[in-house]
Amino acid sequence: MNTVDRRHFLKWLGAASALGAMGLPSLAFPKSGARVIVVGGGFGGVTCAKYLKRFDSSLSVTLVSATNKFTTCPFSNAVIGGMKNMDFITHGYDKLSSVHGVKVVNDTVTTVDSSAKKIKTAGGKSMGYDRLVLSPGIDFKWDAIGGYSEAASQQMPHSWHGGPQTVLLRKQLEAMPNGGLVVIAPPGNPFRCPPGPYERASLIAHYLKNNKPRSKILILDAKDKFSKQPLFQDAWADLYPDLIEWVPGSQGGKLDRVDVKRMTVYAGGDKHKASVVNIIPPQKAASIAFKAGLTNEKGWCPVNQKTFESKIKSGIHVIGDASIAGKMPKSGYAASSQGKVCAAEIVAALRGESVGASSWVNTCYSLVAPEYGISVAAVYRLTDKGIMPVEGAGGVGDREAPMMQRKMEAIYAEGWYKSITSDMFG
Amino acid sequence: MKQKLLRISVVVTSVFFIWVANVSLAADYRPAMLANPCAGCHGTDGASPGSIPSIKGLSSSHLVSVMKAFKSGERKGTVMNRIARGYTDEEIELMAKHFSSAK
Repeated sequence: MNTVDRRHFLKWLGAASALGAMGLPSLAFPKSGARVIVVGGGFGGVTCAKYLKRFDSSLSVTLVSATNKFTTCPFSNAVIGGMKNMDFITHGYDKLSSVHGVKVVNDTVTTVDSSAKKIKTAGGKSMGYDRLVLSPGIDFKWDAIGGYSEAASQQMPHSWHGGPQTVLLRKQLEAMPNGGLVVIAPPGNPFRCPPGPYERASLIAHYLKNNKPRSKILILDAKDKFSKQPLFQDAWADLYPDLIEWVPGSQGGKLDRVDVKRMTVYAGGDKHKASVVNIIPPQKAASIAFKAGLTNEKGWCPVNQKTFESKIKSGIHVIGDASIAGKMPKSGYAASSQGKVCAAEIVAALRGESVGASSWVNTCYSLVAPEYGISVAAVYRLTDKGIMPVEGAGGVGDREAPMMQRKMEAIYAEGWYKSITSDMFG
Repeated sequence: MKQKLLRISVVVTSVFFIWVANVSLAADYRPAMLANPCAGCHGTDGASPGSIPSIKGLSSSHLVSVMKAFKSGERKGTVMNRIARGYTDEEIELMAKHFSSAK
């Protein structure tokens, strides 16, 4: 190569590199500019909206949330137990719009028209989409327990949505007499946050032990076993002997009915008059999933296990508690993990690319006392049987673990909360 | 003329390789898909705002050795032994690279 040739070559190479740096990647990373609407301002929806923008900033992403702030269920038991206040579990969407460019609309979706690809809201808005993500959470089967209703939840709170119901249960515990009875009635599977009722019993026990020690907690369970059971029961025997009694479904735990006026619960032929009654009713996907025609006969949404696109209607993805996601539990961490996978699948589909294999994680801490934490964890993969935990990994903590580990897990429980909420709202 | 042809072929080849490199980068969602769920505990891109250790920007070899030690049980953690067993060594290396180069 002579000098001229070399100079030419370098020029060519420069042009080629410039193409490589700017021109060609637009083919390799096509910006779709498509419109994605995400419905639901909780763990699944917020994470999905934020990660859609992280993966492709050219997308037009709108998050529709019924409230302008989100109160988490995680750590609401710490509010009920008097360890945290409501501010700790309440988060705003400001950064989602100001930092990440997600358009946040405070409204309730009333209609989903999957053929016209449009939604309508209670506030009278009509919005078109290329892809729709629903992360609507759960509703209750109000008529499943005789004598119970939505109105009855003002006397016998469910406190299974973070917010006013959390405050109501806390106030009732503060007002109850020393020596009173607290009834907690968890539902059968599947339901949101499987270890939640037992963490709640633990943290209420912690409050009662220190403030109203002659009181008792009776857990009237629809089930015969529950999440992290050995770890919870070991801790109860250790920390709250004679304070918590758990009655399994087959031994009188199943509710027959409740009498709200008399604050009385009937179960297994017995009658329990209580100071505080926490009924956690059986659940189903939130109403918008039914209105959109996305639910099966059991009241949950079947989805493609890779993309979370509805098996019933195309162009609509369902994530979080409302969806049937293989063996993943209905938890905030699971919903957030699904939100990221769903976001990547949508971006890839709009670009004509393939995500390849995905993995999901769920790590769930429960507090048994302020300095006593326990956990269950799993890594999930897509298999021919749907989303399954990786064998040989995950599981609950060691029953024989030293107290130092319990203490560390209590510290990490709060660390987890800070991380996941900043991953969503930060 | 011969030289010119050679030059063009060199240029075409370089453009082709740069293009292929970018396509494979675009198609490779895998490291991010493996690493994104970790943010639930370790914070976005591994930058933890609370009590759980940050892993963002740590050296790849350090992350690999810690994860492998959790996986084998050589190092005792709280949940990390249970989590690390869910990944192959190759996946651990991909995740480590992802967190070490996170911006």
